[in-house]
Amino acid sequence: MNAPLSFVMQWTDWFDLLTHFFLFSVSSIGGPLVLLPEIHHYLVTQQHWLTSSQFSASVVIAQAAPGPNVLFVALLGWNIGFNAGGLFVGFFAAVLCMVGMLLPSCALIFVTAKWVYKNRELIAVRAFKLGMGPIVIALLIASGWMLATGNTEAARDWPLWALTAATTVIVARTKINMFWLLLTGATLGATGLLTIG
Amino acid sequence: MTAPSARPQPESLKDLFFSFTLLAIQGFGGVLAYMERELVERKKWLTRAEFVEEWAVARTMPGPPALNLSIMVGSRYFGLRGAIVSVAGMFFLPSFTIALMALAYARFGADPHVIDALRGMGAVAAGLFIATGLKLLTALKTNPLGVPVCLVLACLSFVGVALLHWRLVYVMLGLGGLGYVLTFIKLRGKS
Repeated sequence: MNAPLSFVMQWTDWFDLLTHFFLFSVSSIGGPLVLLPEIHHYLVTQQHWLTSSQFSASVVIAQAAPGPNVLFVALLGWNIGFNAGGLFVGFFAAVLCMVGMLLPSCALIFVTAKWVYKNRELIAVRAFKLGMGPIVIALLIASGWMLATGNTEAARDWPLWALTAATTVIVARTKINMFWLLLTGATLGATGLLTIG
Repeated sequence: MTAPSARPQPESLKDLFFSFTLLAIQGFGGVLAYMERELVERKKWLTRAEFVEEWAVARTMPGPPALNLSIMVGSRYFGLRGAIVSVAGMFFLPSFTIALMALAYARFGADPHVIDALRGMGAVAAGLFIATGLKLLTALKTNPLGVPVCLVLACLSFVGVALLHWRLVYVMLGLGGLGYVLTFIKLRGKS
């Protein structure tokens, strides 16, 4: 199923790739991870520039790596370029995809931030920042919840859930460096203590 | 120049760059938890209430929310240069580490130990998100809507998104819109 891909990218293909990421960028409310199904459909199903396993590996690596999760886009680009022509093309494609994914949204938030700061005394602006507060905090907790419960089952994966719960309490109550918690999680996982049966 | 000088703020573009570099390189599984620690608890550039207010804008606009927030903070103090430096800080070191990790993954990714270790880290990262969210809830104490209304809105949003899998857009438009209108009425009544 996942045989290595090999193809040649025309400049019209690069342009198509860039403009698609521009579109993804402006519609990525809540972050680029929200768009995973759309991006997968475009790159894997429609264009065949990437295998499905290259796609999921890119997401997994970016989530495990330090830094913004949007770096999975750089890995997607890297894989596309590598499939199309090797190291140099891979590097080019990684930069191209990142620029496509980030430029529009960054420009937009820059302009918005300026406007919001300038008009920070307006009731309309204050009401937005304060009124959205409870919702965006809940969304943050919800994304943690979904990260913990996605692809897991309570009966089988209760040690993972317990680890999430313990982390929550520790981080909320102490000032411990979170790196140690991640290291603990990785160690517990690697030694098989989190896997039942 | 109207910013009150008594409170901590980034001293220079360099300070901005290294602050974001530092929090980005620690940010396994997502940088937001580290942003709250660094910007609110350690550097005190923002109070927790201000952090939530900025977060509301960053999360509502397209783009990675944490990156949006870094642009808002950077541009506040140093304009366009600040925004660019913040983004550069967020990506500078992580670009290298992710390349290394991609190489390592190509080699060891199929090893079940690695897969289990990643699952363990994922569980911890989930806890970081939840704990950060719970901490941010305390900022709602000063919200003009009052704690009970805030909690009802937050609970409905959580249940809708996490348990009932409502579309994000509807939650933001519906419950967010409700929060907006209620706050607007409250603020107008006061002024």
